[in-house]
Amino acid sequence: MRVGGWRGGVGRALVLAVPYAWLVLFFLVPLLIVGKISLSEMRAGVPPYEPILDFADGALVGVRATLENFALLFEDDLYVGAYFQSVGIALVSTLLCLLIGYPMALGIARARPDRRGPLLLLIILPFWTSFLIRVYAWMGILKDEGLLNGALLWAGVISEPLVILNTDAAVYIGIVYSYLPFMVLPLYATLEKLDPSLLEAAADLGARPWRAFLSVTLPLSLPGVVAGSMLVFVPAVGEYVIPDLLGGGDTQMLGKALWDVFAFSRDWPTAAALAVSMLAALALPIAVFNRLQARLEPEEK
Amino acid sequence: MAAIAIRLEGIEKRFGDTEAVAGIDIEIAEGEFFSLLGPSGCGKTTLLRMLAGFESPSAGRVLIGGADVTDVPPYERPVNMMFQSYALFPHMSVADNVAFGLKQDGVPRPEIRERVAAALDLVQMGDFAGRRPHQLSGGQRQRVALARSLVKRPKVLLLDEPLSALDKKLREQTQFELVNIQEKVGVTFVMVTHDQEEAMTMSTRIAVMDKGRVLQVGTPHEIYEYPANRVVADFIGIANFFDGRVAAGADGVLEIRVPGIEAPLAVAGTAEIGGMVTVMVRPEKIAMSRDDGTAPPGALTGRVVEIAYLGDVSIYHVRLPSGAVAMVTAANLRHSSEPAITWDDAVALTWHPGNAVVLR
Ligand SMILES: Nc1ncnc2c1ncn2[C@@H]1O[C@H](COP(=O)(O)OP(=O)(O)OP(=O)(O)O)[C@@H](O)[C@H]1O
Ligand SMILES: [Mg+2]
Repeated sequence: MRVGGWRGGVGRALVLAVPYAWLVLFFLVPLLIVGKISLSEMRAGVPPYEPILDFADGALVGVRATLENFALLFEDDLYVGAYFQSVGIALVSTLLCLLIGYPMALGIARARPDRRGPLLLLIILPFWTSFLIRVYAWMGILKDEGLLNGALLWAGVISEPLVILNTDAAVYIGIVYSYLPFMVLPLYATLEKLDPSLLEAAADLGARPWRAFLSVTLPLSLPGVVAGSMLVFVPAVGEYVIPDLLGGGDTQMLGKALWDVFAFSRDWPTAAALAVSMLAALALPIAVFNRLQARLEPEEK
Repeated sequence: MAAIAIRLEGIEKRFGDTEAVAGIDIEIAEGEFFSLLGPSGCGKTTLLRMLAGFESPSAGRVLIGGADVTDVPPYERPVNMMFQSYALFPHMSVADNVAFGLKQDGVPRPEIRERVAAALDLVQMGDFAGRRPHQLSGGQRQRVALARSLVKRPKVLLLDEPLSALDKKLREQTQFELVNIQEKVGVTFVMVTHDQEEAMTMSTRIAVMDKGRVLQVGTPHEIYEYPANRVVADFIGIANFFDGRVAAGADGVLEIRVPGIEAPLAVAGTAEIGGMVTVMVRPEKIAMSRDDGTAPPGALTGRVVEIAYLGDVSIYHVRLPSGAVAMVTAANLRHSSEPAITWDDAVALTWHPGNAVVLR
């Protein structure tokens, strides 16, 4: 027993060590590098920032860290505006995903067992095509002389092509389309676990189907709602490709702003400061989500 | 006879190709404690779910309190169900669980509070009103489920194996409590069980089911002493069967010739002379004595091959000359570890003709 326990301990440590090492190497270290760059000054050259630590003859002679890059972010309306716009777009998209995804997940969970697999497959089917290609496809669908307008004009629903591409509407369509599976899957997982006899008990006690849904199904699926919302909201805030390809000039989201500063202005320190701030600003809603989920979990048992 | 609470007319239920129940005609009077008893898969739950409204019969009618409710959804039926898994809402406190049904009916708040408290007191769970279901033991959950299904004062309470999750001791204690509560509230109870002892101790009447059909409906006494057929006799308690031909009959006592047994068996009853019948005798109705030549004429003789000691009684397996084994129970009246009759003893078995039953 003791030998087994010892081996088990080593095994467990190994199993844990590998992902931890991975996270440290490819997440924490780059994050620290970005953090370091965000504290340095810009310069023309390679790399395009000044070192923070001054060494002379192998000895540390000075530390040159500055918070100016962060101050700059708050002085410039562009970034503050982009933050609020990102969070706003992500919130609305999350809500839309929830409104569309919940009935889908419920429908699959209540389908005959032999139909659930194929229906779930349909949900994840789009993943077999590259994300980028699918967003490009939406450009083809949404543009003025695209498929959607063509179909609507042909059907006589509209007489003028709708301007959708390069507007916020196109960004919403793109984000909701791309992230919907991330909402549906966790929702399905919680709804499928739901004991059907609970709904029968509710009906037996006099609850009509709608009341039974509101008082039993919905509250018991909240962990899935929170998990799905996290999975949509967090990546949507930092989304870069969708606003860049489908959005217009006035759609300023953080991801896009960051890329502009990094690639076009070659202002690495400001871009790094933006990245660090974004992380910090996102940590708050995530923490709230987590608290909410922790509160909901114990009731599941 | 009291008014009819439930009437099932020609109920039939098929799931695809499988016929779960068929040909069910049952009447249950108000205030009865009625049990559906039968082996696993015989259609008990299906029948109960049709009463609750979760399944609709493929044919036939369900009447509750005289009204045809065959097509009425569960949330409009005047019945409540206590689920086998209890189905308590995990996100609500005990009190909210019990209050749920009253809220659906729009009962005013002060009255809800009163009735919830009264229902919880009835099942002795008043101190647990604020707990969540996962903080309760199995027996406590069962009480809450009972309170929740009684609080709406239904015409009929349906119980699907309500005690199966409890251990033996708690189960026996709860059986009596359940009967007491039923007598107190006066609601008609319809209970599903596959435990014959449970059905016998609790019910006013029992419907014995097998393979989707009702074999017999009767009081526990009727079902035990006068089973309608061999399946019922076999399912309820232990029974000895002798297949034979009616040789003679006079004054309500038949003489039955059983192949391999010398003397004819005497049984109270009437039957056509010459017909094939089965005689059923319960093991405790048989008197057993040492076969020392003084046994009355017509006694069965045999040899003890097995003794199962159960504490209060012992079950003796007696091999008859025909090769058949008869079972006889004898109360262990003495403290001694030496039984009066033991293995390999030659014994004589007798019974009063009125204590045997002829099955057709
Ligand atoms: N939803 C269903 N679909 C198909 N067949 C079913 C369904 N429900 C029950 N059956 C079948 O109907 C028959 C009766 O089932 P039922 O659950 O009523 O049995 P039961 O008497 O309650 O048994 P147990 O004591 O094991 O609970 C079984 O053969 C079962 O397989
Ligand atoms: Mg059952």
